Amino acid sequence: MDDNQERKDFSSTESDSQLSADEETLLDQLGITGAARRKFLGQSMAALLGTFAFHLLAKEEAFATLAAEPDAVFAQVPAVENAVKVLLKINGSTQRLEVDSRTALLDALRERLGLTGTKKGCDQGQCGACTVIVDGRRVLSCLTLAASCEGKEVTTIEGIADGDNLHPMQAAFIKHDGFQCGYCTPGQICSAVALLQEAKNGEASHVTNNLRTIAQNVALSDEEIRERMSGNICRCGAYPGIVAAIREVQSGRETAQAWHFASDEEIAVALNQGGKADEIV
Amino acid sequence: MKSFKYSSATDATSAVGTVSANQTATFLAGGTNLIDLMKEYVERPSELVDISGLNLAEIRSTSKGISIGALAKNTDTANHPLVRQNYPLLSMAILAGASAQLRNMATNGGNLMQRTRCQYFYDIAMPCNKREPGSGCGALQGLNRIHAILGYSDKCVATYPGDMANALYALDAVVRIRGTNGQERTIPVQDFHRLPGNTPEKDNNLQHGELIVAIEIPKNNFANKSYYLKVRDRASYAFALLAVAAALETSGNTIKQARIVLGSVAHKPWRSPEAERVLIGKPATEETFKVAAEAALKDAKPLEHNGYKVELGKRAIVLALQKAMTSGAA
Repeated sequence: MDDNQERKDFSSTESDSQLSADEETLLDQLGITGAARRKFLGQSMAALLGTFAFHLLAKEEAFATLAAEPDAVFAQVPAVENAVKVLLKINGSTQRLEVDSRTALLDALRERLGLTGTKKGCDQGQCGACTVIVDGRRVLSCLTLAASCEGKEVTTIEGIADGDNLHPMQAAFIKHDGFQCGYCTPGQICSAVALLQEAKNGEASHVTNNLRTIAQNVALSDEEIRERMSGNICRCGAYPGIVAAIREVQSGRETAQAWHFASDEEIAVALNQGGKADEIV
Repeated sequence: MKSFKYSSATDATSAVGTVSANQTATFLAGGTNLIDLMKEYVERPSELVDISGLNLAEIRSTSKGISIGALAKNTDTANHPLVRQNYPLLSMAILAGASAQLRNMATNGGNLMQRTRCQYFYDIAMPCNKREPGSGCGALQGLNRIHAILGYSDKCVATYPGDMANALYALDAVVRIRGTNGQERTIPVQDFHRLPGNTPEKDNNLQHGELIVAIEIPKNNFANKSYYLKVRDRASYAFALLAVAAALETSGNTIKQARIVLGSVAHKPWRSPEAERVLIGKPATEETFKVAAEAALKDAKPLEHNGYKVELGKRAIVLALQKAMTSGAA
């Protein structure tokens, strides 16, 4: 987008006047004025940032510009104690690290290797956000010591896709709207990918009817999928979409997605109904 | 987390030697309970000896039954054909616990070693005789909805939270242990965990440095009629409020052998010989089951917030026995 195009797009908009007084002040403090402000707002909108996200972004930038108080006390960054050398095979690449013996695999991934796709939720084994696949098995990286992973193959959400081609489970999560805020999603997807192999192996779950009958390639009911995914909590409650995504990939049967983006016509209809837009869009 | 020395053991002898030489050292296997407790400063070992690389994960049949390795993962144990076909009660109990991720990490030995989920034990700002002997019990007069109704003392009302051990108890399993002198010894599961008495800090009868190497389960005729019923606040991924491991052997409709073990009602899995005596020799009917359930809970003494466990326990026993009767036909 060149400058002329940009002015044409935004010079006539009333973006600024739609901001609250607080937001005006904040953008002024950030030194985002005039064309830069319009560009900032335009880019925000172009990136489909909602008003809420915009607030967060602006506040984060504002805080980042604040100078620390002169007498502020900073936590000491402790030196590594009881260092352990460990060789990890992460998403196919060999990594050698020297970690504090206390370092969880989760923290090694995020803080040492920059693989921040794996999320820290509860950090005590109760939410599943940190789920990764170690030697083919889904595990909780928050309760796994990095030191205990010597020589092990670790697959994180960054290693699930085949280059630029999404893993079928990733594509299905998008198709079936298997997330809202997205924080639990990397764990959900790693968990779901491992679940496919468990079903192939014929592994049972708490809701499997007769454990004495053993079969490979188990077809999973929705009840089975829910039970097998119970270790991954979603606070947004995106469970119906998650189950739909896993059901599609596990069964191999394509199903229609239950949502779509509103069309121009639908939006026009909604806008003409004044005040009732929420019921339609 | 308090800092600790980490080493990875290459053989059981050196692992036992290292831990027994240091009173504040402990073994690390799956870590699902230990690492969590260390993060909360409830456990503060100075040294961890990682035994996960030891060759103790085998599950095999023996002349007397089966032997499951202490380091076999819960997932692999629950899904092993020998276990699923001969001891489905054990598979059911394991699969009722935790989540797939945790069962993939957790080992059988570690499962036996898991500590209580009493909130006062977990919160280091609270008194707890189990965590800090002599400091008092926060739960006795506090919030005790999840606590014991049987076998507790005025020092501790915590429960053993696990599922696997309840089934192992019902199946007459034995824990094989490698001692600090290099000799092996065995403890029946029924004697493995302890009642709190005056020493609630001791969950079980292992001595410091002793290592669980296997769990042995004798042959039995319960495979066709057994059921593990777990009652919890949500349908999955939660600890039991109460659990029942029920196993029957029948001849026609007459009960020949019975096992009733209650979980999450005491400091250890709680077998009810009273209920079993009611069942043996009687027809397998709801009437019989109800009499047995009354017998099992006869001595229950609930605390302020867990009175519900008495009636829940009775109903759960009846339902578990009914499910056991039809489990082979499912």
